[in-house]
Amino acid sequence: MRTFFNSLFPPQASNLAPKVDAIYFALLGLCGFVALLVCLAILFFCVRYRRGSGADRTPPKWRQRPFELAWTITPFFIFLGLFFWAAEVFFGMSRPPRNATEIYIVGKQWMWKIQHPDGRREINELHIPIGQPVKLIMTSEDVIHDFFIPGFRNKQDVVPGRYTTEWFTPTKAGSYHLFCAQYCGTNHSRMVGNIYVMEPAEHAKWLAGQPAPDSLIAAGERAFRNRGCSGCHAPNAAIRAPLLDGIYGKQVPLSDSSLVTADDQYLRNSILLPNKQIAAGYEPIMPTFQGQIDEQELNAIIAYLKSLWEGDVR
Amino acid sequence: MTTATLQAEPQPVARVARTYLNERTTIASWLLTTDHKRIALLYMVSITLFFLIGGAAATLMRLELLTPQGDLVASDTYNKLFTIHGVVMVWFFLIPSIPTVLGNFLLPMMIGARDVAFPKINLASWYLFMGGGAFAVFSILSGGVDTGWTFYTPYSSTYANGHVIAMATGIFIAGFGSIATGLNFIVTTHKMRAPGMTWMKLPLFVWSLYTTSIILVLATPVLAITLALMALERAFGVGIFNPSLGGDPLLFQHLFWFYSHPAVYIMILPGMGVVSELITCFARKKIFGYQFVAAASVAIAVLGFLVWGHHMFVSSQSIYAGMIFSVLSFMVAIPSAIKVFNWTATLYKGSISFHTPMLYALGFIGLFTIGGLTGLFLASLAVDVHVHDTYFVIAHFHYIMVGGMVMAYLGALHFWWPKITGRMYPEWLAKLAALSIFAGFNLTFFPQFILGYLGMPRRYHVYAPEFQVLNVLSTAGASILALGYFLPLGYLLWSWKYGKIAGPNPWRATGLEWTTPSPPPKDNFDTTPIVTEGPYEYDPRATEAELRAAHA
Amino acid sequence: MPEIALAPVEHQFENAEQQREAATMGMWVFLATEALFFGGMFLGYTAYRTYYPEAFAEASRHTLVAFGSINTAVLLISSTVMAFAVRAARMNRRGLLSILLLVTASLGTAFLVIKGFEYAREISEGLLPGPKFHIETSDPVHAEMFFYLYWLMTGVHALHVTIGVALIGFFALRAWLFDAFRDHDTPIDLLGLYWHFVDVVWVFLFPLIYLAGRHS
Repeated sequence: MRTFFNSLFPPQASNLAPKVDAIYFALLGLCGFVALLVCLAILFFCVRYRRGSGADRTPPKWRQRPFELAWTITPFFIFLGLFFWAAEVFFGMSRPPRNATEIYIVGKQWMWKIQHPDGRREINELHIPIGQPVKLIMTSEDVIHDFFIPGFRNKQDVVPGRYTTEWFTPTKAGSYHLFCAQYCGTNHSRMVGNIYVMEPAEHAKWLAGQPAPDSLIAAGERAFRNRGCSGCHAPNAAIRAPLLDGIYGKQVPLSDSSLVTADDQYLRNSILLPNKQIAAGYEPIMPTFQGQIDEQELNAIIAYLKSLWEGDVR
Repeated sequence: MTTATLQAEPQPVARVARTYLNERTTIASWLLTTDHKRIALLYMVSITLFFLIGGAAATLMRLELLTPQGDLVASDTYNKLFTIHGVVMVWFFLIPSIPTVLGNFLLPMMIGARDVAFPKINLASWYLFMGGGAFAVFSILSGGVDTGWTFYTPYSSTYANGHVIAMATGIFIAGFGSIATGLNFIVTTHKMRAPGMTWMKLPLFVWSLYTTSIILVLATPVLAITLALMALERAFGVGIFNPSLGGDPLLFQHLFWFYSHPAVYIMILPGMGVVSELITCFARKKIFGYQFVAAASVAIAVLGFLVWGHHMFVSSQSIYAGMIFSVLSFMVAIPSAIKVFNWTATLYKGSISFHTPMLYALGFIGLFTIGGLTGLFLASLAVDVHVHDTYFVIAHFHYIMVGGMVMAYLGALHFWWPKITGRMYPEWLAKLAALSIFAGFNLTFFPQFILGYLGMPRRYHVYAPEFQVLNVLSTAGASILALGYFLPLGYLLWSWKYGKIAGPNPWRATGLEWTTPSPPPKDNFDTTPIVTEGPYEYDPRATEAELRAAHA
Repeated sequence: MPEIALAPVEHQFENAEQQREAATMGMWVFLATEALFFGGMFLGYTAYRTYYPEAFAEASRHTLVAFGSINTAVLLISSTVMAFAVRAARMNRRGLLSILLLVTASLGTAFLVIKGFEYAREISEGLLPGPKFHIETSDPVHAEMFFYLYWLMTGVHALHVTIGVALIGFFALRAWLFDAFRDHDTPIDLLGLYWHFVDVVWVFLFPLIYLAGRHS
């Protein structure tokens, strides 16, 4: 019985899964009820009022208007309720908690490249401990992909040229499918992988078995120097450029006198499209790094800039 | 005494009667015809051919999916197959199906006109359609396209294989054929109605064609320009959608779905109109809530323009945009629900007979109800995140498109076949076909709902082994479905020559199209009819009394 | 009192009145389609101008505003003449009608010729998007996008002008030679609608393209 159920229903392995499933079952109940009602009514009428059945066919006395209003207004309120419920859960799905581990994902035809904050890299596999919230910061090198983990009930398109995020807290140990859900070309169906959710002890053991890597922040700091960023963005630089210490999360005034929050997307744009948003008081002299820097190096630099933040370093 | 439905003995059609079919018979007289009825038949033959192409692609896909490892065709071939299936079925079968075949044939007759307002533009629309079709077929024959019917950028504009530009050109040209049809229908409905045919006396099929036409006219040009921008980006490498060239891939999705979501209603509204005609005729009842059913068509057309963003909940559009599109998507479900409830209520105290068209109509209501209700899952933000781009979506829209529109198309074809050809189709064979289509359809697509919630993504050539059982079930259903489709192809052709003579009104239906001979003469009516009654003046008690009298 | 030659009524219509109403409505529906067709491009333009206001403003300053302004005047005058032509058709002034139509068509042709010179200059300045594209701005990638949209929108518009000129010329000839419009001025009416529409599109295009970066 259990295996039969399992073959019809995906595992519930994240904090989001029960919430999504609750709406799913509510909808299933409601829709099943309505579908059954309509089908039974049709069957009943078809049998009772089949031609020659001898049933009474005197036109009914009641008016049509109340019926019409009833079946217009009732769905309206039910739908509104469903909308708020699903939107509330959705809202939660797009608001990661502050203590989430940030993992960078880069999609390319046809593989997933994964960078952990400690610098470890994985391809098409992601090992994470149970109970620890994870925030994925994702981008693509070529076309649109989609990071889909059915067991976690979460997916998000991975779009070239911008960051998208997705978060979850795994709640059940095991191995779960990772699928690319946005059609991306010839081997789209082979752009799959596994998410391994492990008990914290298991995870620590697994970590110990991995070669100790350079942390993402250290790699970013190195890139920041090698790419010459520190030549201008430093207190003693000859060229006047904004200091980046503690920039992350701040409100940055722009030359067109608007304000922008320095988030991942802003930092990314400032490196790739420096002339798009120019910080107030500075000349637009920064060269673009578009096409010269790959996504993974970019992720490292952004992780480094975030580490300069005075707040709690995530 | 109610004589409204009593009708003079069906008169055998004199062999010499001049009809639109035998008036002139040269090939040129068909290819250069401006008669709306002949153009309808041109369309019927063309879309049947396209249906066979799309169906062949679907057959190969289903065979391929029998096993999880992808051993029948290569990945690239599989991707081309689903692209061909999608493009051909959407633009060259579903969108033209009911409007261009039955709409063209019936709209002028239903409103008491001799033809559509612009017969030459009507013929031009067929040539545009065929011209677009030629590009599409060229693109298929010269190796196909692997973008999927959605042509998402930057994949389509930069990375895709095959003749994407030829395919887009085909759709672009065929789109202008759609616009020409829509323009013709709008003007015809407004300006060509017979004396007394007020808006509130229009058959509901006309209402549905009218609203469909508005969508065709207002949405199709946006598709045309979107595909043109995509093709130009592909041809000249100038950035508009590709982010590495400075473009925005989401803009493509917004523009594409601004057309393609209303297009879904292009594909279902005419079917709803057909069902309103069939239910009333075979239940011998006036439609329940005429004004509400008509207004629901208009509401669907209007709201349909405001919900495109529900295809983009996980595309990285703003979550607040997602919420607005979600609530509007729930709202667009209300007029659909109104229609279902009104059809059901129409059956109450009717005198129901179960000829083939009625079987299709009842099947439509059941399948459309399931398709519509599963739409609520997709409108619910959190649930859509999980089922988006999975087989759940595939199952949902096939319940609407195939369970809805194709069922309605076949029902309409059987219902008006005697009017089109003057002959009856063989009833028992037709019932067998209807039942096997219904059964085969459900077996094909119901398992896909489960597959989708399990997490099987769409457009997967190889898939995880645990999905195999449900896929095998689906393929088994598809084989029954295919058989069901071949039956009408055979017996309808047969009946064209050998079917029983039908007479002008074999169903004793109301509606102006039944007041002319079958097949109708070239100008439809000898004298312009004057309309004094509503469209559905049926009386179930009279039918019953008549039946008793016949048995007494 | 001239003899009244009734307009030919096609077989699907009951009378000339119905035919006229249907044709007029058909043209309006067609223009609605056209509006949406241009609307798609305008939307794309608006989206990118919002994303990259600086780049678009800079690129806009590279357009040749003199050509654009003269062309605006040319089209506006041609529209006015067209309005008189419609009036002439209504009054059955055949000779006047053909002359006014010819003037309209010539102004339309003038528009195309001026546009042609403008295109030629822009090509020589390297403003045609593609491998040879060259512009001195701080953000050439999005300047190129501006010019891509510029060429596309003005190109599609020019195509509409060309079709309009051909039709107007044809009807001018027909009016001159065959006197086909006595009491049958619907085609001229509709031609007028179409021509005004083409004009209105330009009235939107002109500020979007030429004036976007010139207000300061």
